[in-house]
Amino acid sequence: MNELVFFINNVVIAGSVTGSIYAIGAIGVTLIFSIMRFAHFAHADMMTFGAFMVLLLTTLFPAAGASIGVPTALVMLPLAMLLTAALAVGIDKAFYKPLRFHGVKPIVMVIGSLGVTLMLQGLIRLFSGTGGQSLYVDDRKEIFRIALPIEGVRAPIVITEPQIYLFVITLVAVVALHLFLNRSRLGKAMRAMSDNPELAQASGINTNTIVAVTWVIAGGLAAIAGTLLSLDVTFKPDLSFFLLLPIFAAAIVGGVGHPYGAIAGGFVVGFAETLAVFNWHVLLRPFRDSLPTWLELPSNLAFVSTEYKIVVPFFILVAILVWRPTGLFKGKVI
Amino acid sequence: MSSTETQPLLDARDVHGGYGSMNILNGVNMALYADEVGVIVGPNGAGKSTMLKAVFGLLNVNQGEILLNGQPIHNLPPNQLVQRGMGFVPQEKNVFPSLTVKENLEMGAYLKPQNVKRMLEQVYDFFPPLVEKRHQPAGELSGGQRQMVAMGRALMAEPSLLLLDEPTAGLSPLYMNEIFDRVKKINAAGVGILMVEQNAKQALAIADKGFVLAAGQNRFTDTGAALLADPDVAKSFLGG
Repeated sequence: MNELVFFINNVVIAGSVTGSIYAIGAIGVTLIFSIMRFAHFAHADMMTFGAFMVLLLTTLFPAAGASIGVPTALVMLPLAMLLTAALAVGIDKAFYKPLRFHGVKPIVMVIGSLGVTLMLQGLIRLFSGTGGQSLYVDDRKEIFRIALPIEGVRAPIVITEPQIYLFVITLVAVVALHLFLNRSRLGKAMRAMSDNPELAQASGINTNTIVAVTWVIAGGLAAIAGTLLSLDVTFKPDLSFFLLLPIFAAAIVGGVGHPYGAIAGGFVVGFAETLAVFNWHVLLRPFRDSLPTWLELPSNLAFVSTEYKIVVPFFILVAILVWRPTGLFKGKVI
Repeated sequence: MSSTETQPLLDARDVHGGYGSMNILNGVNMALYADEVGVIVGPNGAGKSTMLKAVFGLLNVNQGEILLNGQPIHNLPPNQLVQRGMGFVPQEKNVFPSLTVKENLEMGAYLKPQNVKRMLEQVYDFFPPLVEKRHQPAGELSGGQRQMVAMGRALMAEPSLLLLDEPTAGLSPLYMNEIFDRVKKINAAGVGILMVEQNAKQALAIADKGFVLAAGQNRFTDTGAALLADPDVAKSFLGG
Protein backbone atom coordinates (compact mmCIF):
# COMPACT_ATOMS: atom_id res chain seq x y z
CA MET A 1 0.00 0.00 0.00
CA ASN A 2 2.87 2.36 0.68
CA GLU A 3 3.88 1.83 -2.91
CA LEU A 4 0.43 2.89 -4.08
CA VAL A 5 0.70 6.12 -2.11
CA PHE A 6 4.09 6.65 -3.71
CA PHE A 7 2.44 6.15 -7.10
CA ILE A 8 -0.33 8.63 -6.27
CA ASN A 9 2.17 11.25 -5.13
CA ASN A 10 4.59 10.84 -8.00
CA VAL A 11 2.29 10.05 -10.89
CA VAL A 12 -1.32 10.99 -10.21
CA ILE A 13 -0.65 14.31 -8.49
CA ALA A 14 2.52 15.22 -10.38
CA GLY A 15 0.94 14.27 -13.71
CA SER A 16 -2.20 16.28 -12.99
CA VAL A 17 -0.10 19.32 -12.07
CA THR A 18 1.97 19.12 -15.27
CA GLY A 19 -1.08 18.23 -17.34
CA SER A 20 -3.11 21.20 -16.06
CA ILE A 21 -0.34 23.65 -16.90
CA TYR A 22 0.19 22.16 -20.36
CA ALA A 23 -3.56 22.16 -20.95
CA ILE A 24 -4.01 25.85 -20.10
CA GLY A 25 -0.99 26.78 -22.21
CA ALA A 26 -2.17 24.61 -25.12
CA ILE A 27 -5.69 26.11 -25.08
CA GLY A 28 -4.13 29.53 -25.73
CA VAL A 29 -1.92 28.23 -28.53
CA THR A 30 -4.81 26.38 -30.16
CA LEU A 31 -7.21 29.37 -29.94
CA ILE A 32 -4.65 31.66 -31.58
CA PHE A 33 -4.11 29.07 -34.30
CA SER A 34 -7.81 28.59 -34.93
CA ILE A 35 -8.41 32.32 -35.42
CA MET A 36 -5.14 33.52 -36.97
CA ARG A 37 -3.78 30.29 -38.46
CA PHE A 38 -0.25 30.53 -37.15
CA ALA A 39 1.78 28.86 -34.42
CA HIS A 40 2.40 31.49 -31.76
CA PHE A 41 5.86 30.77 -30.42
CA ALA A 42 5.84 33.73 -28.04
CA HIS A 43 3.14 32.07 -25.96
CA ALA A 44 5.55 30.64 -23.37
CA ASP A 45 7.08 34.03 -22.74
CA MET A 46 3.64 35.55 -22.39
CA MET A 47 3.24 33.00 -19.58
CA THR A 48 6.50 34.21 -18.04
CA PHE A 49 5.32 37.80 -18.37
CA GLY A 50 2.13 37.00 -16.50
CA ALA A 51 4.05 35.29 -13.69
CA PHE A 52 6.48 38.20 -13.55
CA MET A 53 3.59 40.66 -13.21
CA VAL A 54 2.35 38.60 -10.26
CA LEU A 55 5.84 38.65 -8.77
CA LEU A 56 6.08 42.44 -9.17
CA LEU A 57 2.66 43.09 -7.67
CA THR A 58 3.28 40.63 -4.84
CA THR A 59 6.59 42.32 -4.01
CA LEU A 60 4.85 45.71 -4.00
CA PHE A 61 1.97 44.62 -1.76
CA PRO A 62 3.24 41.53 0.06
CA ALA A 63 0.56 41.52 2.76
CA ALA A 64 -2.49 41.85 0.51
CA GLY A 65 -3.49 38.20 0.77
CA ALA A 66 -3.01 37.64 4.48
CA SER A 67 -6.23 39.43 5.40
CA ILE A 68 -8.39 37.04 3.38
CA GLY A 69 -6.26 33.96 3.95
CA VAL A 70 -5.00 33.21 0.44
CA PRO A 71 -1.49 33.65 -0.96
CA THR A 72 -0.91 37.23 -2.11
CA ALA A 73 0.16 35.92 -5.51
CA LEU A 74 -3.34 34.59 -6.14
CA VAL A 75 -4.90 37.91 -5.16
CA MET A 76 -2.69 39.56 -7.77
CA LEU A 77 -3.46 36.98 -10.47
CA PRO A 78 -6.58 38.70 -11.93
CA LEU A 79 -4.64 41.95 -12.23
CA ALA A 80 -1.73 40.14 -13.89
CA MET A 81 -4.17 38.48 -16.29
CA LEU A 82 -5.45 41.90 -17.33
CA LEU A 83 -1.91 43.20 -17.80
CA THR A 84 -0.90 40.15 -19.85
CA ALA A 85 -4.07 40.43 -21.95
CA ALA A 86 -3.18 44.07 -22.60
CA LEU A 87 0.36 43.03 -23.55
CA ALA A 88 -1.01 40.39 -25.95
CA VAL A 89 -3.35 42.88 -27.63
CA GLY A 90 -0.51 45.43 -27.80
CA ILE A 91 1.91 42.92 -29.33
CA ASP A 92 -0.71 42.02 -31.91
CA LYS A 93 -1.28 45.68 -32.80
CA ALA A 94 2.44 46.42 -33.04
CA PHE A 95 3.79 43.28 -34.72
CA TYR A 96 1.24 40.80 -36.01
CA LYS A 97 -1.45 43.12 -37.34
CA PRO A 98 0.83 44.86 -39.87
CA LEU A 99 1.95 41.42 -41.09
CA ARG A 100 -1.65 40.24 -41.39
CA PHE A 101 -2.55 43.43 -43.20
CA HIS A 102 0.04 42.63 -45.86
CA GLY A 103 -1.36 39.13 -46.20
CA VAL A 104 1.90 37.33 -45.41
CA LYS A 105 2.19 33.55 -45.27
CA PRO A 106 1.71 31.90 -41.86
CA ILE A 107 5.41 31.02 -41.65
CA VAL A 108 6.26 34.75 -41.65
CA MET A 109 3.95 35.19 -38.67
CA VAL A 110 5.68 32.28 -36.92
CA ILE A 111 9.09 33.85 -37.45
CA GLY A 112 7.64 37.17 -36.26
CA SER A 113 6.47 35.48 -33.06
CA LEU A 114 10.00 34.07 -32.56
CA GLY A 115 11.25 37.66 -32.69
CA VAL A 116 8.63 38.67 -30.14
CA THR A 117 9.66 35.81 -27.85
CA LEU A 118 13.32 36.92 -27.91
CA MET A 119 12.30 40.48 -27.20
CA LEU A 120 10.06 39.46 -24.29
CA GLN A 121 12.79 37.25 -22.84
CA GLY A 122 15.26 40.11 -22.91
CA LEU A 123 12.83 42.60 -21.46
CA ILE A 124 11.76 40.34 -18.61
CA ARG A 125 15.36 39.47 -17.71
CA LEU A 126 16.25 43.15 -17.72
CA PHE A 127 13.89 43.72 -14.81
CA SER A 128 13.70 40.34 -13.08
CA GLY A 129 17.31 39.22 -13.25
CA THR A 130 18.14 35.67 -14.24
CA GLY A 131 17.81 33.90 -10.91
CA GLY A 132 14.84 32.14 -9.34
CA GLN A 133 12.48 33.95 -6.97
CA SER A 134 9.60 32.56 -4.98
CA LEU A 135 6.14 33.98 -5.58
CA TYR A 136 5.58 33.44 -1.85
CA VAL A 137 7.08 36.73 -0.70
CA ASP A 138 5.51 37.25 2.72
CA ASP A 139 3.46 34.09 3.09
CA ARG A 140 4.48 30.47 3.45
CA LYS A 141 3.79 27.59 1.05
CA GLU A 142 1.57 25.15 2.95
CA ILE A 143 2.21 21.46 2.46
CA PHE A 144 -0.58 19.06 3.35
CA ARG A 145 0.22 15.51 4.41
CA ILE A 146 -2.87 13.40 4.30
CA ALA A 147 -2.42 10.13 6.18
CA LEU A 148 -4.60 7.35 4.85
CA PRO A 149 -6.73 5.59 7.50
CA ILE A 150 -5.55 2.18 6.33
CA GLU A 151 -3.52 -0.14 8.51
CA GLY A 152 0.10 -0.51 7.51
CA VAL A 153 0.21 2.63 5.39
CA ARG A 154 2.89 4.89 6.76
CA ALA A 155 3.45 7.23 3.83
CA PRO A 156 1.02 10.15 3.57
CA ILE A 157 -0.36 11.64 0.38
CA VAL A 158 1.53 14.90 -0.08
CA ILE A 159 -0.07 17.83 -1.82
CA THR A 160 0.92 21.47 -1.62
CA GLU A 161 -1.33 24.49 -1.31
CA PRO A 162 -0.49 25.87 -4.79
CA GLN A 163 -1.28 22.47 -6.31
CA ILE A 164 -4.78 22.55 -4.85
CA TYR A 165 -5.29 26.08 -6.18
CA LEU A 166 -3.95 24.89 -9.52
CA PHE A 167 -6.58 22.16 -9.84
CA VAL A 168 -9.38 24.50 -8.79
CA ILE A 169 -8.33 27.33 -11.10
CA THR A 170 -7.82 24.96 -14.05
CA LEU A 171 -11.31 23.58 -13.55
CA VAL A 172 -12.82 27.06 -13.30
CA ALA A 173 -10.93 28.28 -16.39
CA VAL A 174 -11.99 25.28 -18.49
CA VAL A 175 -15.67 25.56 -17.45
CA ALA A 176 -15.64 29.32 -18.05
CA LEU A 177 -14.11 28.86 -21.50
CA HIS A 178 -16.64 26.15 -22.35
CA LEU A 179 -19.55 28.43 -21.36
CA PHE A 180 -18.05 31.35 -23.27
CA LEU A 181 -17.55 29.38 -26.49
CA ASN A 182 -20.95 27.69 -26.44
CA ARG A 183 -23.30 30.16 -24.78
CA SER A 184 -22.12 33.69 -25.53
CA ARG A 185 -22.70 35.50 -28.80
CA LEU A 186 -19.04 36.50 -29.00
CA GLY A 187 -17.84 32.97 -28.28
CA LYS A 188 -20.04 31.51 -31.00
CA ALA A 189 -18.78 34.17 -33.41
CA MET A 190 -15.25 33.10 -32.50
CA ARG A 191 -16.03 29.48 -33.40
CA ALA A 192 -17.73 30.68 -36.57
CA MET A 193 -14.64 32.62 -37.60
CA SER A 194 -12.46 29.60 -36.87
CA ASP A 195 -14.74 27.50 -39.10
CA ASN A 196 -15.08 29.83 -42.06
CA PRO A 197 -13.61 33.36 -41.88
CA GLU A 198 -15.13 34.55 -45.19
CA LEU A 199 -18.64 33.49 -44.24
CA ALA A 200 -18.17 35.05 -40.79
CA GLN A 201 -17.34 38.33 -42.45
CA ALA A 202 -20.29 37.99 -44.85
CA SER A 203 -22.51 37.53 -41.77
CA GLY A 204 -21.39 40.90 -40.46
CA ILE A 205 -19.02 39.57 -37.76
CA ASN A 206 -16.25 42.09 -37.14
CA THR A 207 -13.16 39.91 -37.47
CA ASN A 208 -10.91 42.53 -35.86
CA THR A 209 -12.97 42.35 -32.68
CA ILE A 210 -12.72 38.56 -32.66
CA VAL A 211 -8.93 38.75 -33.08
CA ALA A 212 -8.68 41.15 -30.13
CA VAL A 213 -10.92 38.94 -27.96
CA THR A 214 -8.75 35.94 -28.85
CA TRP A 215 -5.65 37.77 -27.63
CA VAL A 216 -7.37 38.81 -24.40
CA ILE A 217 -8.33 35.19 -23.65
CA ALA A 218 -4.95 33.80 -24.71
CA GLY A 219 -3.13 36.44 -22.63
CA GLY A 220 -5.30 35.81 -19.58
CA LEU A 221 -4.82 32.04 -19.82
CA ALA A 222 -1.07 32.47 -20.34
CA ALA A 223 -0.88 34.52 -17.13
CA ILE A 224 -2.76 31.77 -15.28
CA ALA A 225 -0.49 29.01 -16.60
CA GLY A 226 2.73 30.93 -15.92
CA THR A 227 1.66 31.94 -12.43
CA LEU A 228 0.46 28.48 -11.40
CA LEU A 229 3.70 26.98 -12.68
CA SER A 230 5.79 29.53 -10.79
CA LEU A 231 3.73 29.04 -7.64
CA ASP A 232 4.34 25.29 -7.80
CA VAL A 233 8.09 25.75 -8.18
CA THR A 234 9.62 29.24 -8.26
CA PHE A 235 9.61 32.10 -10.72
CA LYS A 236 12.46 31.87 -13.23
CA PRO A 237 12.63 33.87 -16.47
CA ASP A 238 13.31 30.76 -18.56
CA LEU A 239 10.92 28.40 -16.78
CA SER A 240 7.99 28.70 -19.19
CA PHE A 241 10.15 28.79 -22.28
CA PHE A 242 11.15 25.19 -21.68
CA LEU A 243 7.46 24.27 -21.76
CA LEU A 244 7.07 25.51 -25.32
CA LEU A 245 7.67 22.09 -26.86
CA PRO A 246 5.35 20.11 -24.57
CA ILE A 247 2.64 22.78 -24.93
CA PHE A 248 2.80 22.63 -28.72
CA ALA A 249 2.89 18.85 -28.51
CA ALA A 250 -0.26 18.99 -26.38
CA ALA A 251 -2.03 21.29 -28.85
CA ILE A 252 -1.12 19.04 -31.78
CA VAL A 253 -1.92 15.79 -29.96
CA GLY A 254 -5.37 17.15 -29.18
CA GLY A 255 -5.94 18.40 -32.70
CA VAL A 256 -4.86 21.94 -33.55
CA GLY A 257 -7.62 24.52 -33.31
CA HIS A 258 -9.67 22.34 -30.97
CA PRO A 259 -9.87 23.74 -27.39
CA TYR A 260 -11.14 20.50 -25.82
CA GLY A 261 -8.46 18.61 -27.70
CA ALA A 262 -5.87 20.93 -26.17
CA ILE A 263 -7.09 20.03 -22.69
CA ALA A 264 -6.95 16.31 -23.43
CA GLY A 265 -3.58 16.73 -25.15
CA GLY A 266 -2.22 18.61 -22.15
CA PHE A 267 -3.05 15.75 -19.80
CA VAL A 268 -1.85 13.07 -22.26
CA VAL A 269 1.55 14.76 -22.58
CA GLY A 270 1.71 15.59 -18.86
CA PHE A 271 0.99 12.03 -17.76
CA ALA A 272 3.21 10.53 -20.46
CA GLU A 273 6.10 12.61 -19.15
CA THR A 274 5.42 11.71 -15.55
CA LEU A 275 5.03 8.00 -16.28
CA ALA A 276 8.21 7.98 -18.34
CA VAL A 277 10.36 9.32 -15.53
CA PHE A 278 8.58 7.32 -12.81
CA ASN A 279 10.73 4.72 -11.11
CA TRP A 280 8.77 1.48 -11.58
CA HIS A 281 11.16 -0.34 -9.25
CA VAL A 282 9.10 0.92 -6.33
CA LEU A 283 5.91 -0.68 -7.58
CA LEU A 284 7.61 -4.01 -8.32
CA ARG A 285 9.37 -4.21 -4.96
CA PRO A 286 6.52 -5.98 -3.11
CA PHE A 287 6.65 -8.81 -5.64
CA ARG A 288 10.41 -9.24 -5.32
CA ASP A 289 10.11 -12.49 -3.41
CA SER A 290 7.93 -14.15 -6.02
CA LEU A 291 10.27 -13.22 -8.86
CA PRO A 292 12.73 -15.87 -10.05
CA THR A 293 16.06 -15.53 -8.32
CA TRP A 294 18.04 -15.02 -11.52
CA LEU A 295 16.00 -11.86 -12.24
CA GLU A 296 17.54 -9.12 -10.20
CA LEU A 297 15.45 -5.97 -9.99
CA PRO A 298 17.56 -2.92 -10.92
CA SER A 299 17.15 -0.07 -8.47
CA ASN A 300 16.25 2.40 -11.19
CA LEU A 301 13.53 1.26 -13.55
CA ALA A 302 12.45 4.52 -15.22
CA PHE A 303 12.01 4.69 -19.00
CA VAL A 304 14.06 7.86 -19.21
CA SER A 305 15.97 9.74 -16.56
CA THR A 306 14.56 13.06 -15.41
CA GLU A 307 17.12 15.13 -17.33
CA TYR A 308 15.85 13.68 -20.60
CA LYS A 309 12.18 14.25 -19.82
CA ILE A 310 11.90 16.59 -22.81
CA VAL A 311 12.30 13.69 -25.27
CA VAL A 312 8.88 12.37 -24.20
CA PRO A 313 6.72 15.16 -25.66
CA PHE A 314 9.06 15.23 -28.63
CA PHE A 315 8.48 11.54 -29.22
CA ILE A 316 4.71 11.91 -28.81
CA LEU A 317 4.76 14.82 -31.25
CA VAL A 318 6.61 12.80 -33.90
CA ALA A 319 4.38 9.77 -33.35
CA ILE A 320 1.18 11.81 -33.68
CA LEU A 321 2.42 13.62 -36.79
CA VAL A 322 3.30 10.29 -38.41
CA TRP A 323 0.24 8.24 -37.46
CA ARG A 324 -2.56 10.71 -36.81
CA PRO A 325 -1.64 14.19 -38.10
CA THR A 326 -5.07 15.66 -37.32
CA GLY A 327 -4.70 14.81 -33.62
CA LEU A 328 -7.06 12.95 -31.30
CA PHE A 329 -9.97 15.35 -31.87
CA LYS A 330 -9.62 15.85 -35.65
CA GLY A 331 -8.10 19.32 -35.70
CA LYS A 332 -6.63 21.01 -38.73
CA VAL A 333 -3.61 19.57 -40.48
CA ILE A 334 -0.75 22.04 -40.34
CA MET B 1 -45.75 41.49 -61.42
CA SER B 2 -43.09 44.17 -61.49
CA SER B 3 -44.03 47.59 -60.26
CA THR B 4 -42.55 49.62 -63.07
CA GLU B 5 -43.36 53.02 -61.64
CA THR B 6 -41.05 52.66 -58.61
CA GLN B 7 -37.26 52.40 -58.82
CA PRO B 8 -35.70 48.94 -59.07
CA LEU B 9 -34.38 47.22 -55.93
CA LEU B 10 -31.18 46.36 -57.77
CA ASP B 11 -30.00 48.28 -60.78
CA ALA B 12 -26.72 47.27 -62.42
CA ARG B 13 -25.67 49.49 -65.31
CA ASP B 14 -22.95 48.58 -67.78
CA VAL B 15 -20.88 46.72 -65.16
CA HIS B 16 -17.29 45.93 -66.10
CA GLY B 17 -15.27 44.08 -63.53
CA GLY B 18 -13.29 41.05 -62.41
CA TYR B 19 -10.37 40.05 -60.27
CA GLY B 20 -7.87 42.92 -60.14
CA SER B 21 -7.81 44.94 -63.36
CA MET B 22 -8.64 41.93 -65.59
CA ASN B 23 -12.26 42.22 -66.66
CA ILE B 24 -14.51 39.17 -66.80
CA LEU B 25 -17.68 41.24 -67.01
CA ASN B 26 -17.81 43.45 -70.11
CA GLY B 27 -20.94 45.50 -69.64
CA VAL B 28 -23.71 43.69 -67.80
CA ASN B 29 -27.10 45.36 -67.26
CA MET B 30 -29.64 44.10 -64.76
CA ALA B 31 -32.72 45.63 -63.22
CA LEU B 32 -34.65 43.72 -60.57
CA TYR B 33 -37.70 44.92 -58.66
CA ALA B 34 -38.38 44.21 -55.03
CA ASP B 35 -40.98 41.51 -55.62
CA GLU B 36 -39.12 39.65 -58.36
CA VAL B 37 -37.05 36.52 -58.75
CA GLY B 38 -34.16 37.10 -61.14
CA VAL B 39 -32.20 34.21 -62.61
CA ILE B 40 -28.82 34.46 -64.29
CA VAL B 41 -28.09 31.64 -66.74
CA GLY B 42 -25.52 31.09 -69.42
CA PRO B 43 -22.68 28.80 -70.47
CA ASN B 44 -19.64 28.08 -68.30
CA GLY B 45 -17.30 31.03 -68.05
CA ALA B 46 -20.00 33.53 -69.01
CA GLY B 47 -19.43 35.46 -65.79
CA LYS B 48 -22.61 34.41 -63.96
CA SER B 49 -21.08 33.87 -60.51
CA THR B 50 -18.68 36.73 -61.17
CA MET B 51 -21.63 39.09 -61.60
CA LEU B 52 -23.18 37.88 -58.35
CA LYS B 53 -19.88 38.40 -56.51
CA ALA B 54 -19.53 41.86 -58.04
CA VAL B 55 -22.97 42.76 -56.68
CA PHE B 56 -21.91 41.54 -53.20
CA GLY B 57 -18.68 43.56 -53.27
CA LEU B 58 -16.40 40.52 -53.46
CA LEU B 59 -14.53 41.75 -56.52
CA ASN B 60 -13.70 44.99 -58.26
CA VAL B 61 -16.16 46.90 -60.39
CA ASN B 62 -13.89 48.82 -62.76
CA GLN B 63 -16.58 50.58 -64.79
CA GLY B 64 -20.31 51.13 -64.59
CA GLU B 65 -22.43 51.26 -61.45
CA ILE B 66 -24.58 49.12 -59.20
CA LEU B 67 -27.44 50.72 -57.30
CA LEU B 68 -29.40 49.26 -54.39
CA ASN B 69 -32.64 51.18 -53.89
CA GLY B 70 -31.10 54.00 -55.91
CA GLN B 71 -27.94 54.21 -53.77
CA PRO B 72 -24.59 53.37 -55.39
CA ILE B 73 -23.08 50.29 -53.67
CA HIS B 74 -20.36 49.08 -56.03
CA ASN B 75 -17.05 48.49 -54.29
CA LEU B 76 -18.57 48.67 -50.78
CA PRO B 77 -17.29 45.88 -48.51
CA PRO B 78 -19.64 42.90 -47.92
CA ASN B 79 -20.34 43.62 -44.25
CA GLN B 80 -21.73 47.06 -45.16
CA LEU B 81 -23.89 45.49 -47.84
CA VAL B 82 -25.30 43.10 -45.21
CA GLN B 83 -26.25 46.13 -43.15
CA ARG B 84 -27.96 47.67 -46.19
CA GLY B 85 -30.12 44.61 -46.60
CA MET B 86 -28.24 42.27 -48.89
CA GLY B 87 -27.77 38.58 -48.14
CA PHE B 88 -25.36 36.31 -50.00
CA VAL B 89 -25.24 32.51 -50.09
CA PRO B 90 -22.00 31.28 -51.66
CA GLN B 91 -22.02 28.08 -53.68
CA GLU B 92 -19.40 26.35 -51.56
CA LYS B 93 -18.38 26.66 -47.93
CA ASN B 94 -21.69 28.29 -47.15
CA VAL B 95 -22.15 26.98 -43.58
CA PHE B 96 -20.09 26.85 -40.38
CA PRO B 97 -19.55 23.06 -40.24
CA SER B 98 -18.73 22.70 -36.54
CA LEU B 99 -21.51 25.00 -35.36
CA THR B 100 -24.97 23.55 -34.82
CA VAL B 101 -27.78 24.44 -37.21
CA LYS B 102 -29.23 26.86 -34.66
CA GLU B 103 -25.85 28.49 -34.06
CA ASN B 104 -25.37 28.85 -37.82
CA LEU B 105 -28.67 30.67 -38.04
CA GLU B 106 -27.83 32.84 -35.02
CA MET B 107 -24.64 33.96 -36.76
CA GLY B 108 -26.77 35.21 -39.64
CA ALA B 109 -28.47 37.65 -37.28
CA TYR B 110 -25.18 38.62 -35.63
CA LEU B 111 -25.78 42.32 -36.28
CA LYS B 112 -29.40 42.16 -35.11
CA PRO B 113 -29.34 40.00 -31.97
CA GLN B 114 -32.72 41.35 -30.84
CA ASN B 115 -34.32 39.72 -33.91
CA VAL B 116 -32.95 36.21 -33.36
CA LYS B 117 -36.05 34.68 -31.80
CA ARG B 118 -38.52 36.05 -34.32
CA MET B 119 -36.33 35.27 -37.32
CA LEU B 120 -35.54 31.74 -36.11
CA GLU B 121 -39.26 31.00 -36.14
CA GLN B 122 -39.59 32.43 -39.62
CA VAL B 123 -36.62 30.45 -40.97
CA TYR B 124 -37.89 27.20 -39.39
CA ASP B 125 -41.19 28.02 -41.11
CA PHE B 126 -39.47 28.21 -44.49
CA PHE B 127 -37.36 25.11 -43.83
CA PRO B 128 -39.26 22.73 -41.52
CA PRO B 129 -36.66 19.92 -41.88
CA LEU B 130 -34.18 22.11 -39.97
CA VAL B 131 -36.24 22.09 -36.77
CA GLU B 132 -35.33 18.60 -35.67
CA LYS B 133 -31.73 19.03 -36.84
CA ARG B 134 -31.23 22.29 -34.96
CA HIS B 135 -28.81 20.87 -32.38
CA GLN B 136 -26.73 18.96 -34.94
CA PRO B 137 -23.48 20.36 -36.37
CA ALA B 138 -24.17 21.71 -39.86
CA GLY B 139 -21.19 19.75 -41.21
CA GLU B 140 -23.04 16.48 -40.58
CA LEU B 141 -26.08 17.39 -42.72
CA SER B 142 -26.83 16.28 -46.28
CA GLY B 143 -26.17 18.65 -49.17
CA GLY B 144 -29.79 19.75 -49.47
CA GLN B 145 -30.18 20.38 -45.76
CA ARG B 146 -26.91 22.26 -45.72
CA GLN B 147 -28.22 24.48 -48.53
CA MET B 148 -31.27 25.17 -46.37
CA VAL B 149 -29.02 26.16 -43.45
CA ALA B 150 -27.03 28.43 -45.76
CA MET B 151 -30.14 30.16 -47.09
CA GLY B 152 -31.60 30.34 -43.60
CA ARG B 153 -28.43 31.95 -42.27
CA ALA B 154 -28.65 34.68 -44.93
CA LEU B 155 -32.38 35.21 -44.23
CA MET B 156 -31.75 35.76 -40.51
CA ALA B 157 -30.49 39.28 -41.25
CA GLU B 158 -33.87 40.12 -42.87
CA PRO B 159 -32.42 41.02 -46.28
CA SER B 160 -34.45 42.84 -48.91
CA LEU B 161 -32.33 41.18 -51.61
CA LEU B 162 -31.00 37.61 -51.40
CA LEU B 163 -28.20 36.50 -53.73
CA LEU B 164 -27.94 32.74 -54.32
CA ASP B 165 -24.96 31.23 -56.13
CA GLU B 166 -26.10 27.94 -57.71
CA PRO B 167 -28.30 26.87 -54.80
CA THR B 168 -29.10 23.51 -56.43
CA ALA B 169 -25.56 22.53 -57.51
CA GLY B 170 -24.94 18.87 -56.76
CA LEU B 171 -28.43 18.24 -55.41
CA SER B 172 -30.79 15.45 -56.49
CA PRO B 173 -33.80 16.52 -58.64
CA LEU B 174 -36.04 15.99 -55.64
CA TYR B 175 -34.07 18.46 -53.51
CA MET B 176 -33.71 20.82 -56.48
CA ASN B 177 -37.48 21.19 -56.76
CA GLU B 178 -37.76 21.64 -53.03
CA ILE B 179 -35.15 24.43 -53.05
CA PHE B 180 -36.88 26.22 -55.98
CA ASP B 181 -40.12 25.85 -54.08
CA ARG B 182 -38.58 27.57 -51.04
CA VAL B 183 -37.15 30.30 -53.23
CA LYS B 184 -40.66 31.11 -54.48
CA LYS B 185 -41.96 31.09 -50.91
CA ILE B 186 -39.21 33.39 -49.65
CA ASN B 187 -39.86 35.72 -52.56
CA ALA B 188 -43.58 35.73 -51.78
CA ALA B 189 -42.66 36.86 -48.25
CA GLY B 190 -41.20 40.02 -49.77
CA VAL B 191 -37.53 39.23 -50.44
CA GLY B 192 -36.10 40.04 -53.86
CA ILE B 193 -34.02 37.15 -55.20
CA LEU B 194 -31.18 37.06 -57.68
CA MET B 195 -29.69 33.65 -58.34
CA VAL B 196 -27.23 31.98 -60.64
CA GLU B 197 -28.35 28.58 -61.91
CA GLN B 198 -27.04 25.71 -63.99
CA ASN B 199 -30.45 24.05 -64.11
CA ALA B 200 -31.59 26.78 -66.48
CA LYS B 201 -34.99 25.43 -67.58
CA GLN B 202 -36.29 24.76 -64.08
CA ALA B 203 -34.90 28.05 -62.81
CA LEU B 204 -36.34 30.16 -65.61
CA ALA B 205 -39.72 28.53 -64.98
CA ILE B 206 -39.90 30.28 -61.60
CA ALA B 207 -38.18 33.49 -62.75
CA ASP B 208 -39.84 36.84 -63.22
CA LYS B 209 -36.71 38.02 -64.97
CA GLY B 210 -34.07 36.01 -66.75
CA PHE B 211 -30.64 37.21 -67.74
CA VAL B 212 -28.76 35.10 -70.26
CA LEU B 213 -25.09 36.00 -70.09
CA ALA B 214 -22.36 35.05 -72.54
CA ALA B 215 -18.75 36.26 -72.52
CA GLY B 216 -19.46 38.72 -69.74
CA GLN B 217 -22.37 40.48 -71.51
CA ASN B 218 -26.17 40.24 -71.63
CA ARG B 219 -27.22 38.09 -74.58
CA PHE B 220 -30.94 37.95 -73.79
CA THR B 221 -32.91 39.74 -71.09
CA ASP B 222 -36.63 39.09 -70.69
CA THR B 223 -39.20 37.48 -68.44
CA GLY B 224 -38.49 33.86 -67.55
CA ALA B 225 -41.46 32.64 -69.53
CA ALA B 226 -40.51 34.61 -72.64
CA LEU B 227 -36.94 33.28 -72.56
CA LEU B 228 -38.18 29.71 -72.21
CA ALA B 229 -40.45 30.26 -75.23
CA ASP B 230 -37.73 31.89 -77.34
CA PRO B 231 -36.37 29.31 -79.84
CA ASP B 232 -33.01 31.14 -80.09
CA VAL B 233 -32.45 30.93 -76.35
CA ALA B 234 -33.60 27.32 -76.29
CA LYS B 235 -31.28 26.36 -79.13
CA SER B 236 -28.11 28.04 -77.87
CA PHE B 237 -28.47 27.89 -74.08
CA LEU B 238 -31.08 25.43 -72.94
CA GLY B 239 -29.94 22.43 -74.94
CA GLY B 240 -32.77 22.49 -77.54
